[in-house]
Amino acid sequence: MNTKTVYEPTKGLTEREFHYCPGCTHGIIHKLVAEVLVEKGLLEKSVAVASVGCSVFSYEYFNCDAHQAPHGRAPAVATGIKRVRPDSAVFTYQGDGDLASIGTAEIVHAAHRGENITVIFVNNAIYGMTGGQMAPTTLIGQKTTTSPFGRDKTLTGEPLRISEMLATIPGAAYLERVSVHDPKHIRKAKKSIEKAFDVQMKKQGFSMIEFISTCPVNWGMNPMESIEWAKENMIPYYPLKVFKDKTKGDNDE
Amino acid sequence: MAKVLMKGNEAMALAAIEGGCDAFFGYPITPQNEIPEYLSRHMGEKGRVFVQAESEVAAINMVYGAAGAGARALTSSSSPGIALKQEGISYIAGSELPCVIINVMRGGPGLGGIQPSQADYNQVTKGGGNGDYHLLAFAPENLQETVNIIKESFDLADYYRNPVIIAVDGLLGQMMEPVDLEAAPKTEDAKEKKWAADGNSDREGGRNVITSIHLDPLELEQHNLKLKKKYDEMRAKEQRYEMIETDDADIVFVAYGSMARIARSAVKTLREEGIKVGMIRPVTIWPFPEKAFDELSKSVKTLLTLEMSLGQMHEDVRAANNGRFQLDFYGRTGGVVPEPEEIIDHVKRMLEKEGSS
Repeated sequence: MNTKTVYEPTKGLTEREFHYCPGCTHGIIHKLVAEVLVEKGLLEKSVAVASVGCSVFSYEYFNCDAHQAPHGRAPAVATGIKRVRPDSAVFTYQGDGDLASIGTAEIVHAAHRGENITVIFVNNAIYGMTGGQMAPTTLIGQKTTTSPFGRDKTLTGEPLRISEMLATIPGAAYLERVSVHDPKHIRKAKKSIEKAFDVQMKKQGFSMIEFISTCPVNWGMNPMESIEWAKENMIPYYPLKVFKDKTKGDNDE
Repeated sequence: MAKVLMKGNEAMALAAIEGGCDAFFGYPITPQNEIPEYLSRHMGEKGRVFVQAESEVAAINMVYGAAGAGARALTSSSSPGIALKQEGISYIAGSELPCVIINVMRGGPGLGGIQPSQADYNQVTKGGGNGDYHLLAFAPENLQETVNIIKESFDLADYYRNPVIIAVDGLLGQMMEPVDLEAAPKTEDAKEKKWAADGNSDREGGRNVITSIHLDPLELEQHNLKLKKKYDEMRAKEQRYEMIETDDADIVFVAYGSMARIARSAVKTLREEGIKVGMIRPVTIWPFPEKAFDELSKSVKTLLTLEMSLGQMHEDVRAANNGRFQLDFYGRTGGVVPEPEEIIDHVKRMLEKEGSS
């Protein structure tokens, strides 16, 4: 019998089973990043920097050297690694509680210094690991365990758009927001990750890919509903686009 | 190299370069600014890394990353800045990484002042970050001793895979004194760090992970017990101190750092007046040199702790003394540097009180 391998798990991931909840997009994003590292021949020279949140154990999954960072500090830890090992491929993997709240100083200044690192930013508009609290990215009216009546902008401000904010920083070389809610967008997201690592390895500066993600458990939805909710509510507020591409001559506004 | 007259902070920076420091990450704060300023001029020319971080928190986390990638990493700061670094220090200790931290202490609490102080004693010796951990903590008295210790500290950090902190006060940071960098013990070349997560996962043994998280309580307890073994080894091997004229002393001072310099003059003057005083000078403040107290003769009457703080080390003196001798304390704080005469007067008042009782 003739057999032909049409699909096999990427060597960029370990054999450890994911602990992520059903319907969460971390699994897809992990796989895309891991595939890119393998296909670009970067896996062996990579250092993954895990953050605090649901992806705290991402170092169990990425099949490369890894460093777990304190809450919000992943870009600083990545800076330390990259500066002393400039030929390695260094990426952080951070959620929105980690990156957009407690870690705003670190992400802004990693971009500001133009650190040659890649940031994988997973935005699901909520704190997942700690049980569904409001994040700076939570949408207006969205109910969380600390905004039980829906996020009220008069008390808590309006959702923070990180990619747009970082686009104003000269050191940011490539910034794009993508989504993984359907196969077409998943394929596109992979191309964006490839681009970000290319920018890093060419030492062109700071690169970040923001992913619109889901949290079915803390959103109180099933996986299908949460995909729909992300599409209908998050993408209109967090548009999918390239915010900065210095390789195409984008300058700073 | 013969002796060179150098400012304390610059001598410390040069000692770090000589000690094989690969990377420095820091943030401006008085009174230690000459350390990053000196390193910003000289690290690059040697192909080494200098980064001025956006914050103290970021600086220590850059140290965390660089140390995890196998580099000899350094940060320096002063008291409130060290307070901000405690998070990262705890992670570095928990992840068993080597690094060197210089604390040029100033008065506190809060923003406090910028004059010399020893009020970080508890912060330096008892931690400040979360969890069961210790730093190997040195408190040198003069610049030659400071540069010797800084050079050696990179080896010690590597050996124990633990942060080493050097606590001096603003007086040592800002004063000038002759130092001989070659008189300092030669730092060993850094050995290969097989555990480093430096982006070489095709190494024999597979990929490396740096982490401090252990969710299973039994596993975390085992990790803590493993750390404790290192701290026990430090307690056995690293207690360093100087005994100064203690053999026949009735009164024994206990003082470290700048306070020991001042107390040293007081010992000399009092001896000239026929009053038998001596001094235990802790060089390590963690581990605290308990062994020094076992060397004291039973004829000692009183231990007088002297600090530029209000009795922080005195608690360790009390524990080390373990009820053997009478205890007394004299300290100034807030950035006030005492004169030897204040100590002399205090001793004379002690003796008068004893005479009248």
